[in-house]
Amino acid sequence: MILSNFSYYFQKKLNLKYSSLKKSGPSLVLVLISLFFCIPVFIISGSLFLPFEGVWVHLVDTVLTDYMLNSFLLLIGVGFFSLLLSVIPAWLVTMYKFPASNWLQWAILLPMAMPAYIIAYSYTGALDAAGPVQATIRDLTGLGYSEYWFPEIRSLGGAITMLSLVLYPYIYLLARATFAEQSVCVLEVSRTLGCNTMSAFRRVALPLARPAIIVGLSLVLMETLADYGTVQYFGVSAFTTGIFKTWFGMDSSLAAAQLSALLLLFVFVFLFLERRSRKLLAFHHTSNRYSPLLKQELRGIRAFFAFFVCFTPLLFGFIIPIGFLVGHAIEIYSGTIDYSFIRLLSNSILLALITSFLALFVALFLGYINRNNFSFINKFLIRFISLGYAVPGTVIAIGVLIPFAWFDNRLDNFLLANFNVSSGLLISGTLFILIFAYLVRFITIPINTVEAALEKIKPGIDEVAKTNGMSHFNIMRKIHMPIMKGSLLTCSLLVFVDVLKELPATLILRPFNFNTLAVRTFELANEERLADAAVPALAIVVAGIIPVIMISNSISRSRPGYE
Amino acid sequence: MNNSIEIKELSLSIEGRSILENISFGLGEIEIACLLGPSGCGKTSLLRCIAGFEKLNHGEVSIKGVIMNNPNHYIPVEQRNIGMVFQDYVLFPHMDVRKNITFGIADLKPFRIKERLDELIELFGLEAHADKYPHQLSGGQQQRVALARAMAPRPRVLLLDEPFASLDIELRESLARELRSILKQDSVATIMVTHNQLEAFAMADIIGVMANGKLMQWDTPFDLYHEPKTLDVANFIGEGTFVKGEIINQTDVKTDIGNIKGHIPHNYDSGEKVQVLIRPDDILHDDDSKLTALVKEKEFRGPQFLYTLEMKNGLFLQSLVPSHHDHAINEPIGIKMAIDHLVVFPDIGE
Repeated sequence: MILSNFSYYFQKKLNLKYSSLKKSGPSLVLVLISLFFCIPVFIISGSLFLPFEGVWVHLVDTVLTDYMLNSFLLLIGVGFFSLLLSVIPAWLVTMYKFPASNWLQWAILLPMAMPAYIIAYSYTGALDAAGPVQATIRDLTGLGYSEYWFPEIRSLGGAITMLSLVLYPYIYLLARATFAEQSVCVLEVSRTLGCNTMSAFRRVALPLARPAIIVGLSLVLMETLADYGTVQYFGVSAFTTGIFKTWFGMDSSLAAAQLSALLLLFVFVFLFLERRSRKLLAFHHTSNRYSPLLKQELRGIRAFFAFFVCFTPLLFGFIIPIGFLVGHAIEIYSGTIDYSFIRLLSNSILLALITSFLALFVALFLGYINRNNFSFINKFLIRFISLGYAVPGTVIAIGVLIPFAWFDNRLDNFLLANFNVSSGLLISGTLFILIFAYLVRFITIPINTVEAALEKIKPGIDEVAKTNGMSHFNIMRKIHMPIMKGSLLTCSLLVFVDVLKELPATLILRPFNFNTLAVRTFELANEERLADAAVPALAIVVAGIIPVIMISNSISRSRPGYE
Repeated sequence: MNNSIEIKELSLSIEGRSILENISFGLGEIEIACLLGPSGCGKTSLLRCIAGFEKLNHGEVSIKGVIMNNPNHYIPVEQRNIGMVFQDYVLFPHMDVRKNITFGIADLKPFRIKERLDELIELFGLEAHADKYPHQLSGGQQQRVALARAMAPRPRVLLLDEPFASLDIELRESLARELRSILKQDSVATIMVTHNQLEAFAMADIIGVMANGKLMQWDTPFDLYHEPKTLDVANFIGEGTFVKGEIINQTDVKTDIGNIKGHIPHNYDSGEKVQVLIRPDDILHDDDSKLTALVKEKEFRGPQFLYTLEMKNGLFLQSLVPSHHDHAINEPIGIKMAIDHLVVFPDIGE
C-alpha cells in the first residue's frame, strides 16, 4: 500500500511550484471531513487517557514483554535484511552492465506484488515437515522425520525472512532512484578529486542516498509493524496478534484500543523519521544537468557476482514462492475454481472498486478545496488525513469499530426504549464500516496524486479559460480532467490493488459471511489447506503485479535523460 | 618550453559519430587557455578527454610530460591529479563548505588540511560562508567553493567547464577577471571552456577557437581578433562586414570603399580577388570627413552606438561611435577608415 508514496515522490520531482490563486481561511467542509477521517486515530489515542483495566495486569504479567520484544526483534531483523537485499543491488544495476541487468532492474521489484502472508503460506507449504523439500531430504538420506535438523519456518526468524523478502523493494526503489539521479556529475567530480569507484560509493553516493534509504527503511518498518497475516500464521506474538487476541480472546475492547495506541506510538516514530528524511531529500539535489549515464561493463567473475547479488532477492522473494503456488494451483484448480471462487472474486472486486472510486472522489474534492481556497490550515488538515497509510490496518479497524458499535448500540437502545423497534447493528455490521476503514488507510494515494496533478496545472490555465468564458465546472471537465486522467486512473488502480491485498482490517470488519480473496486465503491457510489457498493467493499476486509495472514505468519516465 | 598539457592529433568518436578530429596544442606552465566555440562544437568533449572521462580513438594527451591517454594506454581519472569545475558546480549537497573544499585532500595530515583550507578560504573570500551548506549559497559563492575544491589538491591542471554559465550576465566578466588573478596567484595551468567571447578575452592568455570538432585556431586573444586565420574564426570572433577587393601589392588592397593600406599577413598575387574584413572599430566617425554614409540602423550600447551605415555604392559597413554622437536614421555622417590589421581572405565567390 505504501506503493502510493513512490508515485507521489516521483510525480513531485516533476512538479513546478504552484502559486495559489487566493488565500483564505479554513473551509468548514474540510474541517468536517478531516474530523470524520480522524475518528479512528482519535479513538485509539484517546483510549490512553482511560483507566487501564484488570486485563492489563494480565497483559503486563504475561505477554506484553513478548509483544514488545518480538516486535522489536522483527524490526531489527527486517530492517537489517531488507537493507542488505536492496542497497547493493540498487547500486549495481545503476552503475554497471552485466548479464540480464536491464531486466533485473525492474524484475527485482516483483516481490512487492506479494503480500507477506502469502509468501509465508507458500514457503510453509514447501518447507514444513510434510513439504517437498524435507521429503526430498528424507528420500536422499534415508533419515526419519525427526532425525535431522531443519530450520523451523514458523518462527521469529521465519517471519523476519518472509517480511524482508517482500518489503526490501521499498528501499531498493528509492535507493535506485537517488543513485540514478545523483550519479553522473557528482560521481565524476569525486573522481577528479581522487576517488575510485568504491570510495565514490562510500564517500558520496551512499551518504547522498541516505535520506532516501531512510525513507524506504521507515516504510519497511511501518509495514513490518502493520503485518498481521505472517506473524499470526507463524505463531509469533507481536503487537498486531496481541491486539487480535485481546479483542477477540479476552473480549476487552478498551485494552485492545490501548494496545493499539502503544503500537501507534511506535509507528509515529518511524513516520517522523520518514517525514524528516523526505525534507532532507530536497536539499540533496545535486545538479540540474544530466549527462547520459554510461554504465561500466562487468565481465567474468565480477559480472557473475553482480548477477548473483541482484538475482538472489528476486529468486527467493518471487520466483520460488510463485513456483510453489502455481504448482499447488495446477494440482487442484478444478476443485477450487467454482461458484464460490467467483463469489470471492466478485466480492473483492466490488469492494476494491467502490473504495477506489470513493477515495478518488474524496481526494478530488479535497484537492479542489485546497486549490481554490488555499490556507495553511487547509493544507495541514489534508496532510493530516493523508497520514492514514502509516496506521496499521488492525489499529484502524479497532478505531473504527469502537465508535460505530457504540453508536449502533445507543441508537438501538433508544429506538427500543421509545418506539419498541430494533435497529440492530445499523453501521458496524455492514460494508460501510469496512469501506470507511479502507478509505482512512488508503486515501493517501489519491490525495497525493490529485495534489501533484493539480499542482502541475498552473493557475494561468484556469485564468485563460475564464477569460474565454468557461465556467468552473467546464474548466474542470474539459481542461483539468483530460490532463489528470492518466494519473487519476493510476492512483485508482493502486487503491484497487491495495484493497484487494488488505487482510487484518477486512478480517475484523467484514460483515458476517462476507468473504474476500484475502480473507479466504487466510482462512484456508489457517485450516492447513495450503494447496487450496494457492488459487486465491495467486489471484491477489497477479493483481499485485499491476502496480509494480506501473511504478517501474513511472520511475523510468521521471529518470533524468529519459527519452 | 615545458608544457603542462600536450595534445597530439587527438580524435574522438562516440558510437561511430566523430566528435573531435585531429586536435593538437600545447599549454605552458602557468598559462590560462580558453576553448571557445558555439555549443555542440566539441569543446566540452575535449575537456573530458583531458580529464579522462572519454577514451581516445587516436592521438595522445600528456600532462606534465606523462602520457595520460592514447588508444593503448589509459590512466584513470582519479590518478591524474587534475582539478575540474563543472558547469553547475555540483557541490556535494550533504557536506558544508569546509568538507566540500577538503574532499580531495582528506588523506593529508590534519594540520596540512587545515593549512590548505584556510589558504583557499582566504583566497576566495569565503570566510563568512565556511559553515554553510551548498543550498544556502548564492551561485557566485557556489562557484568559488567549486573552484576552491578543485584547487585544494594542487592539481597539475585545472579544467573549467563553462564556469560562468550559471551566473548572472552582469557578474560574469568581473568574476572572470577576478578568477584570472586568483589562478595566476596560485600558478596553475588552466583550460576553460566557454561559448562567450568576452569571458574568453577577459580570462585567457591563449584562446582555441573550435568548430565542428576541429580546432580552428590557437592564438592570443589579440591575434585572434585582428588576425583570424579562417573565415569561420573571423565570423565567430567579434563583429564586422566583408568587403570585396583586389590585391594591388603586399600593403595595398583596392576595395569598393577605396584603397586600404595595411599589413597583409599572407602572400597574395597582385590582381587576386579577396574579401576584406572590416571591423566596427576600423571605421571611425569624423564630422569633418568628406567620405559620408547614411545611418541605416543604430544600436545603443551605453558608451557607444553601433551604427550600420550605407555607402553611396550600396555597401553596408558597421561603425562603433561614442554615444554622444547621436545621429538620426537616414542622416549622412562623415567617416574615415583606421585599419591597422588587414584581414584578407581569398574570395571564393558566392
